Amino acid sequence: MSRASKNWLSVLVLFIALIHVIPFYILITMSLKKNNDFSSRWAFPSHISWENFKDAWQQASLGPAFLNTAIITVIAGALLILVGSLAAYPLARRQTRLNQYVYVFFIAIMVIPPLTALVPLYKMVVSMGMINTRTIAILNNIAAFLPLTIFLYSGFIKSTIPKELEEAALIDGATTMGIFFKVIFPLLKPVTATVIILSAVYIWNDYQFAIFFLQDKSVHTLTVAMSSFFSSNVDNLNLVAAAALLAILPMTILFLFLQRFFIEGLAAGSVKG
Amino acid sequence: MYLPALALVLFFIVYPFFNGLKISFTDWDGFSQTFDWVGFSQYKRMFTDPNTWLVVKNTLIYGLCSTLFQNIFGLLYALLLNQQIRFRNFTRIIVYLPVIISPFIMGYIWYFFFAFQGGALNDLLKFLGFHQVNALGNPHANIWIIVLVNTYQFVGVAMIIYLAGLQSISKEYYEASQIDGATLFQQFKNITFPLLAPSITINIVLNIIGGLKLFDVIVSLTGGGPGYASQSMSTYMYTLYFDQQDAGYAATQGVLMAVIILLLSLVALVILRRKEVEA
Repeated sequence: MSRASKNWLSVLVLFIALIHVIPFYILITMSLKKNNDFSSRWAFPSHISWENFKDAWQQASLGPAFLNTAIITVIAGALLILVGSLAAYPLARRQTRLNQYVYVFFIAIMVIPPLTALVPLYKMVVSMGMINTRTIAILNNIAAFLPLTIFLYSGFIKSTIPKELEEAALIDGATTMGIFFKVIFPLLKPVTATVIILSAVYIWNDYQFAIFFLQDKSVHTLTVAMSSFFSSNVDNLNLVAAAALLAILPMTILFLFLQRFFIEGLAAGSVKG
Repeated sequence: MYLPALALVLFFIVYPFFNGLKISFTDWDGFSQTFDWVGFSQYKRMFTDPNTWLVVKNTLIYGLCSTLFQNIFGLLYALLLNQQIRFRNFTRIIVYLPVIISPFIMGYIWYFFFAFQGGALNDLLKFLGFHQVNALGNPHANIWIIVLVNTYQFVGVAMIIYLAGLQSISKEYYEASQIDGATLFQQFKNITFPLLAPSITINIVLNIIGGLKLFDVIVSLTGGGPGYASQSMSTYMYTLYFDQQDAGYAATQGVLMAVIILLLSLVALVILRRKEVEA
């Protein structure tokens, strides 16, 4: 390609980036202006006002919401890795007819959107007395994400872990569980990283489970807190913008620092999914 | 070793799913202890409810049109960003950034853009001397705004999958075809496109499933309104259950939604896999 056409393509690429950045630019200018500032949303504030962030943080109870979201994401993510990798190991290694059926069953579940069973699920959670508990959000998220996790782990075990390793450990008299935790699990690091990134983004951002099962203010996650903050401040969009900016900040910062892992993890997850 | 996983999935997905089938044959209101069996009458009602067809149509638009746009733009971006040019990594990161943001909050971010009162779009139109528009309140426009927002948010996934696909194609094919005097378009048509088939399959299936399930962004952007105009099957189910205490009927809509998603993703998978084999 000639230098001139390369330059034109660079301009085009920069233009695409600018288009994609517009919503974030508007979000930032809005959150830096007071509600009585009627200047165009496109104009950068002549006087930067940081108060929106302080007010939004307090009024939207973003602190507790961050904490709830973090607790749910971390616990659900950790259990997901444990339960998912444990399940994938025999499904990938001992391909009896029963295990093959179980594997296909897990894969088939991926097509059922969790929301289609909303009515009975809600009924069940209410009758168990688990409504408005972080536990139910954790369990629901694990169940929803398990099929993909098992799929990723068993694909990785089948394609990259040599059988000879386990056979050697077996001769040394190790138990299956011992082999799994001492030999196999440490080798699963790359796919575990993928699972962590995929599930963390998904669970951290979850709204559809949270809005049904976490309606009490004490267990609000970020998305639910944002939802109720928006409904009570529709006449002060600048304040809502500040809250939205704060709410997306942790994931955005994490992404900017670890973007290579995010992009590779997600690509790996979806190429195999 | 898979018993804990099996138990979780059976208890939280499979059991509710079949229980939903049961509830769809009742007139349960969502909170009473009692309900009556009503046979197929909820199903009859579903097929004569004009809202059913509206939300099915919307859901298909969300699913199929987002898929189309995500793939067109995803592929174009990937082809562009696969070149050795400046701003390449910067643009990849910017295009990808929305993927990691909650779709629910993304709906608010775009609300600030399209809102009738105090939205950025109307500030721009005013500046250019045009009339203000109530885009989110217009039932014909807001469906397409939702498609736009969903495409904007997830085009980065399609882009990355296509980039990975492009990078796996051996350079030798291009060199050989260049010697034979192939044009850029011929190279794309005869080398790039057929060899990208697996990436196309993944993207289409992934996007169809994601689009048909669309819920979060609709709630925060339009709330499903005006009226039922921009509701998807997911939001309609939510409205029936929580706002109208019509749980039996909501469960029936859930069954329809599961059937539609299953059918469409299977059809897409079968057609695309067959194409892949031919290519």
